[in-house]
Amino acid sequence: MTSIEFSQIGVIAGKEFRDRLRNRWVLAVASVFTLFALVIAYFGSAQQGAVGLRGIDVTIASLVSLVIYLVPLIALILGYDAIVAERERGSLDLLLSMPITRLEVLLGKFAGLAGALGVATIAGFGLAGLLLFYQLGNAALYHYGGFMLSAFLLSLCFLSLAVMVSVIAEDRMRASGIAIALWFFFVLVYDLLLLGLLVITEGKASLDFFPVLLMLNPADIFRILNIFGFDDVRRIYGLATVFPETLANPWLLGSALILWIAAPLGVAAWRFK
Amino acid sequence: MTDKLIEIRNVHKAYGAVKAVNGVDLAVAPGELFGLIGHNGAGKTTLFKMMLGLLPTSSGEIHIGGQAVRGEAFREVRRSIGYLPESLALYDNLTGLETLHFFARLKGVARSSCPTLLEKVGLAGASGQRVRNYSKGMRQRLGFAQALLGSPRLLFLDEPTNGLDPQGILEFYRILADLRQGGVTVVLTSHILAEIQQRVDRLALMRNGRIQALGTVQSLRDVRDMPLTLQISFRSGAASILRQGLSAQGIENIEIGDGFARFGCPRRLKMPVLSMLAELGPAISDIEVHEPSLEDVFLGYSEEMAT
Repeated sequence: MTSIEFSQIGVIAGKEFRDRLRNRWVLAVASVFTLFALVIAYFGSAQQGAVGLRGIDVTIASLVSLVIYLVPLIALILGYDAIVAERERGSLDLLLSMPITRLEVLLGKFAGLAGALGVATIAGFGLAGLLLFYQLGNAALYHYGGFMLSAFLLSLCFLSLAVMVSVIAEDRMRASGIAIALWFFFVLVYDLLLLGLLVITEGKASLDFFPVLLMLNPADIFRILNIFGFDDVRRIYGLATVFPETLANPWLLGSALILWIAAPLGVAAWRFK
Repeated sequence: MTDKLIEIRNVHKAYGAVKAVNGVDLAVAPGELFGLIGHNGAGKTTLFKMMLGLLPTSSGEIHIGGQAVRGEAFREVRRSIGYLPESLALYDNLTGLETLHFFARLKGVARSSCPTLLEKVGLAGASGQRVRNYSKGMRQRLGFAQALLGSPRLLFLDEPTNGLDPQGILEFYRILADLRQGGVTVVLTSHILAEIQQRVDRLALMRNGRIQALGTVQSLRDVRDMPLTLQISFRSGAASILRQGLSAQGIENIEIGDGFARFGCPRRLKMPVLSMLAELGPAISDIEVHEPSLEDVFLGYSEEMAT
């Protein structure tokens, strides 16, 4: 039985995290988040013929759309070469000749990159949040906090997928290709397929297995998690109306996201041996 | 265990149909400086990686310090192993000192030892520079410093003098000599045979994944009965007497130039030939006797295998 030394995971995680701080990755991503969040909060309802800050629910609904596109992409770009780049450069052999196991290297990489994502998410959306609360008041804090936490969990789902890709892919080129394909599939294609399925079955099958299909995409889980609390916005999203209220428990959905973080990482650990 | 620090038993490694390592048996004693030589693709690096537990063997067993090299117990053994890979890749964004700090933490070694090590390999002045700006030789020195972290009892050095200038090579072997005084066991590969033949205790010649020859440099020479090379300087007009004399000893293949002659001389004929030359008196102005170099031994083996 292999034991895990957390100090070794910490050494790898610390290096990955510091690398991202140093090359200003964290700063850049946090700035992008802040900027986009403020722009969306202010101009999000321009289509309806008005600009300016609105209620927190409409603001979060607009932010959710942004996050669903942006966060998976950023997480995939961050993690797709975590292992394969070290293998390709030849530094992996030296690393593995140290008193460290492959699992510890993998978990250390994931933890360090997760830390970078976490700081960028909390700092980026947090700063935007501070500016918004000035206008919206403290009541919005609870919802916004939940939004930030779920955005972080969503980023970890895709980071976990990315790390899995970085273990499985033979070289960086292929890894980047697979990462982009995953983004297309989960963010752009998956919902279209579901809609198509709804149309083909004329909505008959929806109540039975549609919630399960939605749970098979972390981006959809994130969307449901963030918009189900708001009656106003629930109507905006067609897909969410096919989701039964009993399953819309935040704890259940949060657990589903955590499963989505653990499963690809598990596959990565298995394949890395 | 006392007489075998490294024990390799009937190890194979196949990549599909290609047999990178094909039935290697080898034992290295504590304190030994062991050289592994062979052409590119002979299987040296694959064998190295298997010894370090970086690659699984297809079959066979490798033990270091009595421990199998792939397993939880080997983690402890790894703390006392230093490794310098053949294609050394470091982290360009770190400075030399940060690089050592990183590996020191992984090895559980005090960071305070890092500046001393950098000084030892001649990088004290560059410790704050990013590795990105290091020359190949400087990277190699940093790699060597990394291998020395935590005073290892066993060093695996794959082409350690790659990229070093002659001064660097001398310094490297000076450090190696100091380490051996302290009882450190060293396994190294090199393609510069002349460089390692004066330094290793024993060596193995690898070819096509097998060990073709194993022993001390002297024993390999003896087994082969490699001829000595004699080079004679003579005064003008002595060429024909010289040729006659050598012919009488059975040596025919002589390269004669202006005032010098060179020929291969079987070891058993060394004394008779030297006495004959002495009898020629003042006609001979100088005699040089060359022992066969490791290159000769190595090429001899390689040619033998090729035919």
